[in-house]
Amino acid sequence: MNSVYSLLPEQASTVAGQVDAIYLFLVAISVFFTLLLAGLVLVFGIKYRRREGAPAPERPHEDSSLELIGGGILLVLVLVLFGWGAKVFFHSTRPPADAMEILVTGKQWMWKLQHPQGKREINTLHIPAGRPIQLTMTSEDVIHSFFIPAFRVKQDVLPGRYTRLWFEATKPGKYRLFCTEYCGTEHSMMGGWVNVLTPADYERWLVDSGGAAVASETPVQAGERLFTQLGCQTCHNPGSGQLGPHLAGVYGHTVKLADGTEVVADDEYLRESILNSQAKIVAGFQPVMPVFKGIVNEDQLLQLIAYIKSLSGGASN
Amino acid sequence: MSAADTQLAAGDPPKHYLNNGLTIRSWLLSVDHKRIAILYLISLTIFFLLGGAAAALFRMDLVTPEADVLQSETYNKLFTMHGIVMIFFFLVPSIPAVMGNFLVPVMIGAKDVAFPRLNLLSWYVFMTGGLIALGAIIMGGVDTGWTFYTPYSSMYANSHVILAVAGAFIAGFSSIMTGLNFIVTIQKMRAPGLTWFRLPLFIWAMYATSLVVILGTPVVAITLVMIFVERFFGFGIFDPALGGDPVLFQHLFWFYSHPAVYIMILPSMGVVSEIISCFSRRRLYGYTFVAFSSLAIAVIGFFVWGHHMFVSSQSVYAGLVFSFLTFFVAIPTAIKMLNWVMTMYKGSVSFETPMLYAYGFLGLFVIGGLTGLFLSTMATDIHLHDTYFVVAHFHYVMVGGGVMGFLGALHFWWPKIIGKLYPEGWAKFAAIVIFIGFNLTFMPQFQMGYHGMPRRYHTYAEEFQVFHVMSTAGATVLGAGYLIMAAYLFWSLFKGKKASANPWDARGLEWETASPPPTENFLETPKVTQDAYAYDMPSVTCPPGAKSEAERV
Amino acid sequence: MSSHSNAHVAHHFENAEQQRQSAQLGMWIFLVTEVMFFGGLFAAYTIYRSLYPEAWVVGSHLLSIKLGGFNTAVLLASSLTMAMAVHAAQTDKQKASANWIILTMLLGFVFLGVKVVEYAGKIDHHLVPGPHFFVDPMAELAKLEAAGIQVGQHLRHAFEGANPNHIQLFYSLYFAMTGMHAVHMIIGAGIMLWLLVNTRKGVYSSQYFNPVEVSGLYWHFVDIVWIFLFPMLYLIGRH
Ligand SMILES: [Cu+2]
Ligand SMILES: [Cu+2]
Repeated sequence: MNSVYSLLPEQASTVAGQVDAIYLFLVAISVFFTLLLAGLVLVFGIKYRRREGAPAPERPHEDSSLELIGGGILLVLVLVLFGWGAKVFFHSTRPPADAMEILVTGKQWMWKLQHPQGKREINTLHIPAGRPIQLTMTSEDVIHSFFIPAFRVKQDVLPGRYTRLWFEATKPGKYRLFCTEYCGTEHSMMGGWVNVLTPADYERWLVDSGGAAVASETPVQAGERLFTQLGCQTCHNPGSGQLGPHLAGVYGHTVKLADGTEVVADDEYLRESILNSQAKIVAGFQPVMPVFKGIVNEDQLLQLIAYIKSLSGGASN
Repeated sequence: MSAADTQLAAGDPPKHYLNNGLTIRSWLLSVDHKRIAILYLISLTIFFLLGGAAAALFRMDLVTPEADVLQSETYNKLFTMHGIVMIFFFLVPSIPAVMGNFLVPVMIGAKDVAFPRLNLLSWYVFMTGGLIALGAIIMGGVDTGWTFYTPYSSMYANSHVILAVAGAFIAGFSSIMTGLNFIVTIQKMRAPGLTWFRLPLFIWAMYATSLVVILGTPVVAITLVMIFVERFFGFGIFDPALGGDPVLFQHLFWFYSHPAVYIMILPSMGVVSEIISCFSRRRLYGYTFVAFSSLAIAVIGFFVWGHHMFVSSQSVYAGLVFSFLTFFVAIPTAIKMLNWVMTMYKGSVSFETPMLYAYGFLGLFVIGGLTGLFLSTMATDIHLHDTYFVVAHFHYVMVGGGVMGFLGALHFWWPKIIGKLYPEGWAKFAAIVIFIGFNLTFMPQFQMGYHGMPRRYHTYAEEFQVFHVMSTAGATVLGAGYLIMAAYLFWSLFKGKKASANPWDARGLEWETASPPPTENFLETPKVTQDAYAYDMPSVTCPPGAKSEAERV
Repeated sequence: MSSHSNAHVAHHFENAEQQRQSAQLGMWIFLVTEVMFFGGLFAAYTIYRSLYPEAWVVGSHLLSIKLGGFNTAVLLASSLTMAMAVHAAQTDKQKASANWIILTMLLGFVFLGVKVVEYAGKIDHHLVPGPHFFVDPMAELAKLEAAGIQVGQHLRHAFEGANPNHIQLFYSLYFAMTGMHAVHMIIGAGIMLWLLVNTRKGVYSSQYFNPVEVSGLYWHFVDIVWIFLFPMLYLIGRH
């Protein structure tokens, strides 16, 4: 593991090297310009120090060529930085389609995590190396932020909506996990570890109870169970009298609403439709669905959405 | 008032603003801009000590990774207090309310600011805000951080958020009053002959700062009102449960708080222009560029706030625009550095204390500015956001830039303000101690930050300890430097040698009147016939060593 | 203080013209800060309106367009009387000026009185945000229909789709915006009182009427804020 004295921290994800390359470039130009300034100040200070009886210095010419040249050089430099930074940013914020989805709920002051196979854990995240992972995150209370320094990734986690973070770990090891958005008294305790395992170890870990409770069901199964328990299937199943639209194939597609507008059925839309069913009525249906706000919690919502996604052959599993 | 009114019998002490009325009442009800500047100076010194004391406490706690001296709640309240006090009650008012109040009318040859009573009112409003914020601290404190992010501040924190918000809100009005006063004063009350392009750059900087103040402060004021109604009346403007958007708060907050950085920096830039020109004996290189770049920075500064929110879930396209514009604000700032350095080229450079602070400003601010590039580059900002790297960066900007400028100004104009000289040897020593202490405190934080140390952490991972120890050691040195400075300045009030009207042989109207100046600044309205910084011409009225105006009468 | 014409030039000004220009510029700059102050609320309003258009429609329909319209007329009239007061002061008709000021102040009070009636109605109907807030859009729709109002397709969808929480957001902004405006009106009434006292004392003349003039600017500004608030809150959502 790189010590804190080395210039760069451990690189353990596919983007870490790309971010570090920009960082090193920035360090180089910073050192260069700082030394240049210090050198000029020193040289001018000594060479032009005050001497008794010397004539008063002449006033500078009002001529802006030096400013224009300096500005031009800087302009090129910052455009390079902007473009390069934006390119890596886009890469590091767009999850690949085949990423494995892990559900994350932040609350004061812990991280609750659930794997697609159903295993749950708190403050420690086990993941396989060499496989893109996407976190779908929400918060039960205030804003938190999910930060893994060795991966060079970070994303705020907000109440009332979903944010996403993805990474691909490159080598097994134990890496720190922090909450970086100040969230109250025990903010500094809201963290833990990311345990990167070889894919084989990860498979073993998934089935090994090892003291931690192994969930009996995956998020999709839990969502399906909730779907039945809450009575959703009475209206939303094919052949159920069609009080509600079927949900197979809905996720990720455009839905036509009663007021003539169209929306894409994404996580946020499903979330809103479950919590406040009256908000966006699908064309051809009556606003008869009950409101589930206060009935399902954030974890259950994530499971319900995972189930609805699975009906469309969704990303998870 | 005619010159005859101030005729003094030989042997009487010269009459000036400091001895024109000695009662406390004559100070507390004075509408003289110079006395109000002194009131601000005293109040700000107290706030600076308070903010510094809070920092001393939590830096002590951070020597070990565990919590030992403080509880988490206390730690959180201390860093919040440090932020609120230092930003709203020290940095934002520092140079404008003290130096600007004293200098703007004198530098433009006016008798006072345009609205003297409003000026006095601004001090009372400021103190009211300050006392309410202090009240919040005494009653148990606030733990939201100075940024008051929702929904933590609006719904979850159970500390004295309402009082702290009210304090900051009220103090905002004193900023607005000062800014309004400066704009009108500079536009309408310049002495005959003092055209815009003959103005000292400090005045240009104050003008640009005032523009930022009057455009930005009301927005943060109304944002704080929204937090207030949310907590007090239970309205839910940022409440996610009602469909409110907590990120909207961040947008509104940074719309002010990014430009607020320029409220703290532009005045320092003005000061540094004055000092470097004086101690290089040369007109500032590229006067027009420097003058307009202050305005450019003030304007562009309003369109970059989203760079605080690259990981907040704001749209990536918004992020792109904000990143792009942020880079643009860097260019005029960088070229100003070039102008200052080029002023020394072929000059006649000497190293009195104010010049040491100007050097300190250049050295620290260049690092502050360059590390800003790390944070405007989106890919690196994702990693660095909310780490100690950011903490180090903004301290290099706001202390390295803002405070160094303030201290430079204090030393440059101290003889003018007080009429006494401070001991030059001690002053140079303190300036060097402060420079070293500052770097020792904040340089290690860059390294910690890139290695992932998050900010606002009471306890931390043990591998970071070595940097925290260095930082606390540096803070001790820095604190010692400030204390030495406070000691000799206080000493000089009573024992300092008398200052002449123009101890630095500087140019500018403020040096053409006595030290300290008479109550209405000039015995007769000055007429300006030449450009600022005419160091190639002899001084107009007060050659070095000449007796002050009042003494010669 | 002696009564010659320069007595009103404060000691630090060179002449009356400089003083007058400074006072005017000062007030204009203050009004710029006011624009930014209300601007923060307008920004919040615009963002939420675009997010929750249905709730905004319902929210507007529950406001009384009659009271709002009446108040708009009152404020417009008060701007006229204020302009008359300034004109009278400029032309040395101080008696008339005092009367116009009284009239302006009275119109201000009428506005505030109507506002109190409106707020009281909102309290009665549980439309004040907070724990007691309650609104049932469908019941409101039924009320509209019962009152014989033609409810179009678009409007029906808005009522059906509006989320009560979002309507609460609308009312949070309604109270914040009109409340801030009312605070400005109260301050304005205070200024009128101060002008009235000074006018009666004979402080103002055609040589010196800066306070009347800049107070007029302030009054017109507060009026203009309402000219924006009225359509934004009461009208745009209507069909
Ligand atoms: Cu947290
Ligand atoms: Cu910023």
